[in-house]
Amino acid sequence: MPVRPTEPAPPVPAAHRRGRAAGRRRREGLAGYVFLSPWLIGLLGITAIPMLLSLYLSFTDYSPLIPVTESNWIGLDNYRRMFTADPQYWHAVRVTVTFALVAVPLKLAAALAVAMLLNKTMRGISAFRGLFYLPSLLGGSVAVAIVWRSMFSGDGAVNSFLSLFGIKGEAWVNDPTWALPTLMLLAIWQFGAPMVIFLAGLKQVPVELYEAASVDGASPWRRFAHITLPMLSPVIFFNLVLETIHGFQGFTSAFVLSNGTGGPVDSTLMYTLRLYNAGFVELNMGYASAMAWVFLVVIGTITVVLFSTGRFWVHYSDSEER
Amino acid sequence: MRSKVRLLALIVILAIVLYPLVWMVGTSFKSQQEIASNIGLFPREFTPGNFADGWHKFDFAFGRFFVNSAMVAILTVVGNTLSCLLAAYALGRLKFRGRGVWFAIMIGTLLLPGHVLIIPQYILFRTLGWVGGDWPYLPLLVPHFLATEAFFVFLMVQFMRGIPRELDEAAVIDGASPFGVFRHVVLPLSRPALVTTAIFSFIWTWNDFFRQLVYLSDLKDYTAPVALTLFIDSTSESSVGPMFAMSLLSLVPVFLFFVAFQRLLVEGINTSGLKG
Repeated sequence: MPVRPTEPAPPVPAAHRRGRAAGRRRREGLAGYVFLSPWLIGLLGITAIPMLLSLYLSFTDYSPLIPVTESNWIGLDNYRRMFTADPQYWHAVRVTVTFALVAVPLKLAAALAVAMLLNKTMRGISAFRGLFYLPSLLGGSVAVAIVWRSMFSGDGAVNSFLSLFGIKGEAWVNDPTWALPTLMLLAIWQFGAPMVIFLAGLKQVPVELYEAASVDGASPWRRFAHITLPMLSPVIFFNLVLETIHGFQGFTSAFVLSNGTGGPVDSTLMYTLRLYNAGFVELNMGYASAMAWVFLVVIGTITVVLFSTGRFWVHYSDSEER
Repeated sequence: MRSKVRLLALIVILAIVLYPLVWMVGTSFKSQQEIASNIGLFPREFTPGNFADGWHKFDFAFGRFFVNSAMVAILTVVGNTLSCLLAAYALGRLKFRGRGVWFAIMIGTLLLPGHVLIIPQYILFRTLGWVGGDWPYLPLLVPHFLATEAFFVFLMVQFMRGIPRELDEAAVIDGASPFGVFRHVVLPLSRPALVTTAIFSFIWTWNDFFRQLVYLSDLKDYTAPVALTLFIDSTSESSVGPMFAMSLLSLVPVFLFFVAFQRLLVEGINTSGLKG
């Protein structure tokens, strides 16, 4: 880390030193708010006020075609419609939950498996690690989603490959059964980011534990179940929270794979895509605001639930070592 | 023996993982007939024409979309590094009334999904007259100049907590004000965190789609990701090669960052949440 030498500040005359402690505290308090001011303005203007505004809008029939002041208060109608009269809404919920429940565990399993393969000192390990990580950097882009869409189309690369074995594949992205798994596969493909975190966690597991277990005749499976998993549980937990929240918010790949429709037959209609369409295509922003608030409450609840179950299975062993 | 099996497994998995990317590169050099007939990774006949076709496919050259993307990304980098640095210094190094509360709120916004705010923000920016118009990028940029990307604030707070307090105290004894400490101690020592923030700001903004899709409605203002979706709309078979060529080009900047800063990218951000 290059460190530039710090220039000494100009010397302070002795007379000014008296009562300096109090003055310093006052100055530091003032400076704190000066430095914090951009963030405070952002918190207020870009986050807090819009949040409250969207809560208000969720009780109105606001549309960008009319001024906010002319929209009508319709009470709980948006919420009622969402829960009882909009089959697409529940469909989007089902798609999103399925996506998160399937893709997140598979992604974490792939990440852990490859991390364990990589957790050995051998040549070229950092090149492997970097290349496995590459999809995580590129995968969220429109460009990769476009490639995915072509690869899994009727005459795409996947089917050409399968035809070598005499298998006639589906038009994956155009098939209501297979479109969502295709989307999941794109998410799982980006297992590099959690893998890197697992790898860092694996490095922290003391080798002596494995040696002792081997001496006691523990099988590789028992060593995995009784040493690796418990020792890694804080990292598994961290990845699980991060990937779950991330999984619920998938938008780009679903948008590109379905060309913005969430199709075929709404099979890839992720919650955020439904929200976008409600707000910016149907221009029903009051309704979309209600969807956004339910989304916020659900994600908050899931986070709280994850954290409260974490107490039962996350094992922090090294508290005294730190 | 076992290490051979391990290596073989890694190579097979890596081949599967990298296949889509390599296939993308190969396909962008294939001619129209070859895309349908040749399933191999590499073109039999090298066809660079896809790049020219894709470049001039729309009313504006694709270069314009790349310039727009680069401008948004670079200004976002400036905004994020500056504003998050200031906020992180206040939250991580200074003592003042209310700091604990503000820090807790900052952590709270860390998990706030951006999709929740997009509609009221859109209404706000539209009311301010920032949506549409000659230069529709203000809604994309202004939030980044106000440190709304809490992740980077958190990253820098964590980093600054690792800078020895004695340095601050020594500077204060020398008569430095909080601004002096910031300028002469914390700023120079925070360079690694600034570099990480800058690189990730660039990559994330370059790849970002949701916000750009919402705010950019005029073809001349499109960024590369938004322009790429136009290829999907034109369903004609002849556009597959050019679509791949432009998709490939749009990944080049991120790939270059990957090559140049591999270690920092792989380690810098992923494990930052674990430390401290």
